[in-house]
Amino acid sequence: MRPALLTATWLVARKDLAIEFRTRTAFLAVLVFAILGVAIFYFAWDSTAVAAIDLAPGVLWVIFTFSGLLSLQRSFGVEQADHAMDGLLLSPIDREAIFLGKALANFVFVAGIQFVTIPAVALLYNLPSGRAVAILLAIALLAAVGLVAVGTLFSAMAANTRLAELLLPMLSLPFFVPVVYGAAQATATLLAGRPAAEAWPFLKLLIAFDLVFLFACTLAFPFTLEE
Amino acid sequence: MTSLSVAHQPRSNAAAPATVEQRPLFGWLFALAVVCTVAAYARAIYFTPIEALQGASQKIYYVHVSAAMSAYLALGILAVLSIVYLWIRDERADRLAESAGEVGLLFLTVVLTSGPLWGKPIWGTWWTWDARLTLTLFLWFLTAGYLVMRGAIEDTAMRARYSAVLGILAALLIPFIHLSVYMFNTLHPKPILLKPDRPSMPNEMLVTFFAMWVAFTLLCLALIRARYHYAVDRDALRALESGGGDA
Repeated sequence: MRPALLTATWLVARKDLAIEFRTRTAFLAVLVFAILGVAIFYFAWDSTAVAAIDLAPGVLWVIFTFSGLLSLQRSFGVEQADHAMDGLLLSPIDREAIFLGKALANFVFVAGIQFVTIPAVALLYNLPSGRAVAILLAIALLAAVGLVAVGTLFSAMAANTRLAELLLPMLSLPFFVPVVYGAAQATATLLAGRPAAEAWPFLKLLIAFDLVFLFACTLAFPFTLEE
Repeated sequence: MTSLSVAHQPRSNAAAPATVEQRPLFGWLFALAVVCTVAAYARAIYFTPIEALQGASQKIYYVHVSAAMSAYLALGILAVLSIVYLWIRDERADRLAESAGEVGLLFLTVVLTSGPLWGKPIWGTWWTWDARLTLTLFLWFLTAGYLVMRGAIEDTAMRARYSAVLGILAALLIPFIHLSVYMFNTLHPKPILLKPDRPSMPNEMLVTFFAMWVAFTLLCLALIRARYHYAVDRDALRALESGGGDA
């Protein structure tokens, strides 16, 4: 009996997360990369000229973009070894479920990075604590959906090309522009203490992007597999 | 899906004949386009008055806007043919999309180089992170990424599918980049031609612009056609070399 879409999605996601949980290498590596990036950014600016709170939104979103790319890289990279992808394709589940499962696992992975990085940024850049961090986390999750939807699809595509490591950033980064722009602007608005209504247009942009690309990438994914 | 890929087999052979047909790479359309382009340049340089405020640099407008429209035309063709390919799986659609992508990148490069040449004397800066400039730059990145990806995939059917998927997603992305860059303030001149009111340009300049637009549109189509013929010949040659052709 073919499992339903959601059950199959969960099975695929659980498989990826179990691999990650048992090895733990990628998560730690990406986490160290993210925190390292936050620290290096601080020294790239003259901290007497630019206030840390003005830097924070930009730093945060640049770091998320690049650590997101690092984590997406391995999403389909792990299936390359021993032709594991063929096994996945032979299993009696919808191809949309493979995509959604992979995307869900990536989402958990990226969200995990964000949950550690945001408090680290709050700590190192002296953000107004408490409420600001909660808002940041909410925006980060919203942005992660779009980031992961596009990134998972391109990870699947790039893994099959000769330029895998180079091609993923080259294809994904233009697609991350609306996400990074919307998220960074919303973050900046809220961190500056301006009314939440001013951030609403940016949040709408994020939500629209999430919906359109989650749907479009799920539909497009089967086309990248068929043989 | 299996039935589709089976049906696609004979058609692909018909589209890539093993016997190469003799035809010039650049045909009558290209000759016509070159003549029109030369004539339009001559008119723009010698027979169109110099604008009072901007001086000679205003003449870049004719090249810049016409090239932008040609780029949009080429990228529009790319987006439509990406959908067509995933729908009917005809290799010709993929080759045409590939050709349109390359020609689109050429015209985008013209837009991105002619723009700063005008911007320096008029705005006082080569580049500004203005809405339309940013959008054009990202169109350039997307098109370049599209072509790089094509170059990185060996298998023709896979390359065609991936390219079509990327073409469609990029078409979906444009409105989002458009929206996000327009949330900044824009410095770019507002449309002069396509506005609800009468075009705010004297007739003489308007005629020059239309001449250039027609010439560049012809040039765009002629280049896509020539590039398409090249792609057909290249694939036919590859089929012969690999012994797959039924010659």
